[in-house]
Amino acid sequence: MTWRNTLVGALAFAVVASAAVVLPAWLMSLATIALANALVVLGLIILWRAGLVPFGQALFYATGAYTVALLGRFTDLRDAVLFVIAAALLSGILAYLVGLLLARYRDIFFAMLSLAMSMILYGVLVKTETLGSTDGFHVESATFFGSALHGRTAELVLFWFVLAWCALAALVVSVYFRSVAGSLAVPVREREIRLEFLGISVNRLIHLKLIIAGTLAGIGGALAALAVEHVDPTMAYWTTSGGFVFVTILAGAGSIAAAFIGSFLFELVRSVAVDLMPGTWQIILGTVLLLTILFLPGGLGSVVTVGRRRLGIKTP
Amino acid sequence: MSAILSVRGLEKTFGSVVAARDITLDVPRQQSIGIIGANGAGKTTFVNMITGYLRPSKGSILFEDRDITGLPSRAITRLGIARSFQVAQVFPSLTVDENVAAAVAVARTRASLLMSAITPLASAPATAEAEELMTLFQLGDYRNARAATLPQGVRKLLDIAMALVGAPRVLLLDEPTSGISIEEKFAVMELIMTALASRRTTVLFVEHDMEIVARYAERVLAFHDGTVIADGPPTQALADPTVQTLICGTAPLGVAAGEVLHAQGLRS
Repeated sequence: MTWRNTLVGALAFAVVASAAVVLPAWLMSLATIALANALVVLGLIILWRAGLVPFGQALFYATGAYTVALLGRFTDLRDAVLFVIAAALLSGILAYLVGLLLARYRDIFFAMLSLAMSMILYGVLVKTETLGSTDGFHVESATFFGSALHGRTAELVLFWFVLAWCALAALVVSVYFRSVAGSLAVPVREREIRLEFLGISVNRLIHLKLIIAGTLAGIGGALAALAVEHVDPTMAYWTTSGGFVFVTILAGAGSIAAAFIGSFLFELVRSVAVDLMPGTWQIILGTVLLLTILFLPGGLGSVVTVGRRRLGIKTP
Repeated sequence: MSAILSVRGLEKTFGSVVAARDITLDVPRQQSIGIIGANGAGKTTFVNMITGYLRPSKGSILFEDRDITGLPSRAITRLGIARSFQVAQVFPSLTVDENVAAAVAVARTRASLLMSAITPLASAPATAEAEELMTLFQLGDYRNARAATLPQGVRKLLDIAMALVGAPRVLLLDEPTSGISIEEKFAVMELIMTALASRRTTVLFVEHDMEIVARYAERVLAFHDGTVIADGPPTQALADPTVQTLICGTAPLGVAAGEVLHAQGLRS
């Protein structure tokens, strides 16, 4: 079953990679951003399974994005792979440091403390001239394995590059979910005391989840910065975090694939909503969220399970 | 027999309230100890201090000659002291199978958290240990039932089975038969004590039911006002006039306990 899932996942990524060749520019651009953001959602799913919902995951997203932007501005580095690795390392280290405090809290305190952390970064970014203040700044174009690309080729290679990181992240997360530590999400959510009296520190387990989620968010931010070629403080703002939580609810915690599909649908709906109702597009998004919660509380990830149950097919 | 657990001058205060005072005792290996006392006598405080849930205000606890006073509960568990709870602390939405598997997973996570994040859950040793515990506690029939739907007695057994993962040398049970019907109590306790005996586990159990204590404890610790007022075999401790007045008076001896004591020549 697990090997079958991995194979299906690999096939899906291969199909999407091939389809990219014929995608119109607007759709490819939208999909690139959606894939980058899906990495943040993957991290949120890890935390959500353990009953934790951070309202400040944009902290790591912005850290990843600004790492790429600052490296481009203040160093001669241009390599996209190095950019993303640097962003992953820095956001991972930040998640470790923030996690030292955050891992001790639960429920609304956890959510609000994470939000507070992201708003501190937002404040710092807004007030610091060197970091572009409220306007942010342009991100230098990256090179891919030594080549500077332009036009349609650049867009296509960037899409594949983002897709490759997504495939890697999906593989890592699926290994984690099937691991000993990854299997303890429900126990963490339901009976911390039993886990402590079985001999492990729940705080450390949550800390590890925070580091993985933070690193994923950092990679997502770095890829988004490369795609948009601009960073600004709103990347750390609470509405950005809220957007990620929105997609997590839409996707549900049940499936890795749902994070990518959910993120893509979110970007698509938002794009269409802005087009249809430029001043009040949030009404459409709000309605979608309401309908999801009412009719698909398990999110998109539960569609297969719900469908099987309705059709009377036994889950393998 | 050498002492596996030694307690010296243990004391716990909450502000001006003294919950435990001057507790000194040795627990030999593989002994079965019943802890009795009225509500608020300090029984659970004692268990909580031994298992690291509460930090003692004074005194020391030695486990296999190692000072474990004030260590966090997870460290004490890793050393080999486990516990169950008055209200079974199982994972309600998981099945019995998944609960035991989770406990085995946790035991394997103890060594290295990072390694456990990349080690697949499904592997043979975990399954073997889980199966052994399922058999020992006769949980096979409930394998696929969610823990939330289990009868109270089975849930207690599951809680204890999970506590036994990793083969602790000492197990503390906080009221193992509370909430279980009178008809089931002895069957559940029999199963627990047989399982523990087969694993040579030293056991300390807090119990209000004197019939259970008389039948299953080799030694009784009677608590009153935070300290041990009687310590000895059940024939001696339960017959102690102070214990009779202060403790048994608040938890009257039932017919079965009377029979046990009668058989032991304590009651006419």
